[in-house]
Amino acid sequence: MTDVLTFTDRGIYCPAGDFYIDPWQPVDRALITHGHSDHARPGMARYLATDAAAPVMRHRLGEITLQTTPYGKTIRMGDAQVSFHPAGHVPGSAQIRVEVAGQVWVVSGDYKTVSDGLSEPFEPVTCHAFITECTFGLPIFRWTPEDVLTAQINDWWAANAAAGRTAILGAYALGKAQRLLTTVNPDIGPILTHGAIENTNEVLRAQGIALPDTIRVTPETTAKTHPGALVLATPSALGTSWARKFGPASTAFASGWMALRGVRRRRAADRGFVVSDHADWDGLNAAIKATGATKVFATHGYTGSFQRWLADQGYDAHVVSTDYHGEGFDAEEAEA
Amino acid sequence: MRDFATLFTRIDESTKTTVKIAALADYFQTATPEDRLWTIALFTGRRPKRTITATRLREWAAEVAGLPDWLFEDSYSIVGDLAETIALVLPPATRQTDKSLAEWISYIRQLSTLDDDARKAGILAAWNGLPHTERFLFTKLLTGGFRIGVSAKLITRALAKATGQDEPALTHKLMGNWNPDTATWETLIDADDPTADLSRPYPFYLAYQLDSFDDLGAPSDWNAERKWDGIRGQLILRGGEHHLWSRGEDLMTARFPELAQLKDYLPDGTVIDGEVLAFQDETPLSFNALQKRIGRKTVPKKLLTEAPAIIMAYDLLEQDGKDIRDTPLAARRAALEQLVAKVPQTAPLRLSASVTFETWDDLAEARDASRSLNAEGLMLKRKDSPYLSGRKRGDWWKWKVDPLTIDAVMIYAQAGHGRRANLFTDYTFAVRDGNELVPFTKAYSGLTDAEFREITAWVRKNTLQRFGPVRQVPAEHVFEIAFEGIQESPRHKSGVALRFPRMLRWRKDKPVDEANTLDDLKEMLAMYG
Repeated sequence: MTDVLTFTDRGIYCPAGDFYIDPWQPVDRALITHGHSDHARPGMARYLATDAAAPVMRHRLGEITLQTTPYGKTIRMGDAQVSFHPAGHVPGSAQIRVEVAGQVWVVSGDYKTVSDGLSEPFEPVTCHAFITECTFGLPIFRWTPEDVLTAQINDWWAANAAAGRTAILGAYALGKAQRLLTTVNPDIGPILTHGAIENTNEVLRAQGIALPDTIRVTPETTAKTHPGALVLATPSALGTSWARKFGPASTAFASGWMALRGVRRRRAADRGFVVSDHADWDGLNAAIKATGATKVFATHGYTGSFQRWLADQGYDAHVVSTDYHGEGFDAEEAEA
Repeated sequence: MRDFATLFTRIDESTKTTVKIAALADYFQTATPEDRLWTIALFTGRRPKRTITATRLREWAAEVAGLPDWLFEDSYSIVGDLAETIALVLPPATRQTDKSLAEWISYIRQLSTLDDDARKAGILAAWNGLPHTERFLFTKLLTGGFRIGVSAKLITRALAKATGQDEPALTHKLMGNWNPDTATWETLIDADDPTADLSRPYPFYLAYQLDSFDDLGAPSDWNAERKWDGIRGQLILRGGEHHLWSRGEDLMTARFPELAQLKDYLPDGTVIDGEVLAFQDETPLSFNALQKRIGRKTVPKKLLTEAPAIIMAYDLLEQDGKDIRDTPLAARRAALEQLVAKVPQTAPLRLSASVTFETWDDLAEARDASRSLNAEGLMLKRKDSPYLSGRKRGDWWKWKVDPLTIDAVMIYAQAGHGRRANLFTDYTFAVRDGNELVPFTKAYSGLTDAEFREITAWVRKNTLQRFGPVRQVPAEHVFEIAFEGIQESPRHKSGVALRFPRMLRWRKDKPVDEANTLDDLKEMLAMYG
């Protein structure tokens, strides 16, 4: 029996259907799990993605030949049957299911198992082999429950607004920023957004995703024009002159890496909120179990430890080298 | 412990000194005297005695969390702190236990009287009754070492703010041998006389590295001396006893028993600042010789003859029981010279001679001779300077020799931990030997964050092989490695061990075949080893 998917230096390849999934080198046919730049790269002759992922991909990649599909619909490609299923990572993100001659393999892309109130919730897909990310594949990563997190962020914002300080929150432009937008309490004050985030907001609103009202930061926007504001900024904007014009401010960073004290201190932000669009330790283990797969490939993250853990649990587990980054904690590594 | 956790969080979350001082000062004004004293003790490195080994704690935490030992260790290597790793992997607490900091410390001490099963039950119960930060801090109390970005200086400033006392007096009060069992808030902080404790050292005066002569004024205003390569120490003779303190406030008296005879030659009420050196035939031995005596509580006779120790005296801080730190250096040196002159040559005390010079060029020439004298460089001290506390600019400068350097090839990379989790920051380097590459050192520091990120991205894409957390990478990148010394080491494949190796720069301009060779390294060993 041949493998449904193989691992090449261009990306994950399906010989039966002659297509790649999230390739990092230009190929003829690319199936894309979601719009983050390490998964949706330029230079492919033809793209296939979910309907919901398409607007952001067009926004980021410009003129591309892009075919779209709803979740759950089976598409025939050569001898393979392909379908996309919600991954819960960002709006439009998918796991890709590939079936060849009764063998089912699933590529997770990036995923999280808890619902963020914005992305289509993660859906377990039964398969023989599961190709999983494991960005946070160590038992030190456990996410703060959503209600506690929301209270933490709102309390922090309200306390700063009361003290006459701007609250600047760093988050990735696609996914994290919008997820935070839908959790914060807009009654506390105005919500300002960095241009890169607002551009993504516009794309998402245009496709019918409801987001609270936000105000794009312009050269004229300051703490004086919008006292008590929450500023959503890209991680790379923290600590720059762009951020300094908001006067006295408290800065915070929202990332799974904030679970680690050392990383939190390295970011030199005043606060760290532990929130990620990737699965935590419990999420990864639950997701893998739910697939019923016996064979598991770990693509990016703490692959070595995670593979060994899975092997200990009785899985036929492997590590695959890929060019995906997961969630970086530095601006330069951001899922921009 | 909730108020202590709040204090910790306020300090930990801020990068601003003013915020940290305000948090500490608030705490010093509101916490109980016992908790305050323990807080000062913990933040100045006076931790309660370990009652439970780290090995046991790891086992118990892994067991409660349902993890195999190796996965706990993998996690620990990423987090970089045992207490934090334990706090992270344990399942959430199911109860809430309220005890003060001092009460938790008594709780831990009382565990030491129990058998292993009872200890385990006690620790597990505590873990299960504390939310994350308090659980982390409780475990920190068990593992020791409270390094959380609070310096003794910061504590002193906060105490000054909370008590209204001046900083130098408080700095002096916090020095030395006290701990919360021997001291109370009253005797330590409120009482007036810092010399009530006869063993208490003065705060050391430390210098910054000299960057230019521009602001120094006339060379004649300065005294120059060798910066000896030993252990900075303070010798105290009071009440018929002697005490030897290291700069890190370690009491080293028992490690250097030969210094006891100085009691016979120096008057009571004398405090000398100097360098402890291994010394033979009127010549300092290399730091390697002294190193054998560090880390030993007592010294075998053989080592006493192989590496006899002396104090090379720099300065006199107390004369006839009187604190003379405010008198000018020239006067203190004169008094020191007189004292040392009365001590026979057979006794382990020497005066660190002044280096004579007329111009800064003379001094540069003198500095070049440092390595051959087993010195680290020169010290420049303004002749009219008082003896200050802590690291201060202006009156004292150190002017160290340039480090030794070698161009080496990176062959393995490993992820860092703590602040550097998720970045490949720990590298193994090799020198060329024919067609072979021979590993000879590791280095972790010296690059910018941007460079570490660049290498991290490269390592991810270019891993040849994995050995646990270690990645073998292609021998493509050359780095200039700086180090302070080199010695023979049969334990290493290369036959050498370096002292304080770090990356000076990434030599992107150098191809691998221009990196240094094993022969170059051996030549350095012959010259400087």
